[in-house]
Amino acid sequence: MSDMLKSYRFREERESDWRKLDLILTRAENSGVKALSDEDMMTLPHLYRQAVSSLSVARSISLDQNVITYLEGLCTRAYFYVYGARTSLGERMAQFIRADWPEAVRGAVLSTILAALFLFGGAALAFFLCLQDMDWYWTIHGHSFGEIRTPDATVEQLRSTIYTEPGEIGQDRLTAFAGFLFNNNAQIALFAFALGFAFGIPTAWLLVWNGIILGSMYAVFWDKGLGYEFTGWLLIHGVTELFAIVLAGAGGFVVGGAVAFPGRMSRLTSARQSGQKAATIAMGCVIMLIIAAILESFGRQLINSDTIRYAIAGTTLVFWLLYFYLPRQRPGT
Amino acid sequence: MTAQAATPVKQMEIEAARRRRARMAEAQRLNKMTRELVTPEGAKLHLKLATAAERAGAFAMDVAIQWAIVIGTLLGLSYGAASMGIQNVNIAFAFWLVFYFFIRNFYYIFFEIGRKAATPGKRALGLRVASRDGGRLTANAVLARNFTREIEVGLPIQFLLMGGDQLGAWMAVFGLLWSGVFLFFPVFNKDKLRVGDLIAGTWVIKAPKVKLMGDIAQVTVTAPRTNMFAFTPEQADAYGIHELHVLEDVLRQSTGDIKQQVAERIRTKIGWVAQPGETDIAFLEAYYAALRRRLEQRMLMGDRKADKFDVRR
Repeated sequence: MSDMLKSYRFREERESDWRKLDLILTRAENSGVKALSDEDMMTLPHLYRQAVSSLSVARSISLDQNVITYLEGLCTRAYFYVYGARTSLGERMAQFIRADWPEAVRGAVLSTILAALFLFGGAALAFFLCLQDMDWYWTIHGHSFGEIRTPDATVEQLRSTIYTEPGEIGQDRLTAFAGFLFNNNAQIALFAFALGFAFGIPTAWLLVWNGIILGSMYAVFWDKGLGYEFTGWLLIHGVTELFAIVLAGAGGFVVGGAVAFPGRMSRLTSARQSGQKAATIAMGCVIMLIIAAILESFGRQLINSDTIRYAIAGTTLVFWLLYFYLPRQRPGT
Repeated sequence: MTAQAATPVKQMEIEAARRRRARMAEAQRLNKMTRELVTPEGAKLHLKLATAAERAGAFAMDVAIQWAIVIGTLLGLSYGAASMGIQNVNIAFAFWLVFYFFIRNFYYIFFEIGRKAATPGKRALGLRVASRDGGRLTANAVLARNFTREIEVGLPIQFLLMGGDQLGAWMAVFGLLWSGVFLFFPVFNKDKLRVGDLIAGTWVIKAPKVKLMGDIAQVTVTAPRTNMFAFTPEQADAYGIHELHVLEDVLRQSTGDIKQQVAERIRTKIGWVAQPGETDIAFLEAYYAALRRRLEQRMLMGDRKADKFDVRR
């Protein structure tokens, strides 16, 4: 028919291909790449290009609103699918452990040192203050009744919190406590990262405050001559946990630094580039804190020898340092 | 006398002009929420950004789902607690705490890393997360945009729950104001970015699934062509693209009552006398086809008649 609408004929000729693309996309979105046959995979790029060119043509010759919005939606979906990542979750995790995480940590050495200075500086400050005058402990912690690890406790009481007597019950309660601590620490780690956006200042405060709590606790044990034993008790999981908190703070500083001092880049680009790296570090912190919680709930209660505790602490430290900082070839290069 | 007679007509004209301005302003507003993405093939895609209200709605839905999961598992745990020993309850509770942490922080990440790049709440409202530079959405970006939720939502809530003595209350007010900056960030920038979006280099766009419906002009093509609806060029020139689209909407999704009214208005406007046996729908479809044919012809010549007020030749 000669006087048929041009846009109608245009649509008639291509509609089946659009619908085919729609079907393939729907299937891929709902059940993944595996649901696509080889034939589908072969035709997908072709159908995509055709749909994109249909959209361009439709915009200039058709006034059918529905067709244009449909094509717009179809092309957007197809674009994100064709140019999107189709790696599985497992592959992404492997890539994270193998390359992304250590690389991000390696790239933030200065921030890591800065974060460590804040945390341990706070700890040292509180430690020496408390050694001089134990009243500082109460200023920092306030009075709480349940707590036995206070300056008023006897050496024996303090010692009993460090070692688990064989056959002692309460193991389950300690496991629950480890769960609670993980929840708490991981939330603080993510918080330290997120607060970095406010130029890193709240992150610094969070690190110093955590350091102060640690340092004052340390002073209590040191004062009673239990420094060596307490260090073993603390470091068996503390190496991993403190390292994680330092790294989370470093992540915060990376973002804060990028927002405050974007250098040659625009503030937005700078925030984006460093934000993704810092988030990788923060994700790694969560993993480290899970490991720390496992060490805490099992290792600490089952192992009562100081030597073995120190050995485990040393091993974890060496492991993390090698894992993060050992130079290695980038996979795929 | 003549001035008095002209007044209602004049008023109608003023009213029409006012509506047209409002329509233009609306189009401009929508335009502001549209971003162009040029694909490697050189085609332009128009991405529509999600509004702050839509995002808040999606978030509310997701929070409701999270709470349902958290409370549901806790209830299940406490029902099961009776049959467990006290020792097992403690361990189960420890695991639940860890589970709670993951629901709180990884719910969004889990769904946004997935194929649809959207949480159930976003999916329900037809939204998805996309990379601002048009590239692929990386896992790192998803992590970055979600780890900041703590300061955007968690921080204001913490300050809200804070209180105590007078100094504490003032601190809380100050903190609330400060953290409110993060919470209301998306309202105050043109791309509707959250702090997380800013850091991750992402934004949230509308990606609703549109159904391809039948072409209305098909009726006039397939049905044997009668001379029943032969519009003159002047009649087909009475309206512009805007009216064509309104007519399309009317034909696709309105009641018979409205269709009848619209048909009456068009008949009056173009001076069409209804013929015996002519139904409103048949008339509207035929006029739609004629109008579209005329407007598409003009468009091919590079002449887009925006609406009925657009009278340039």
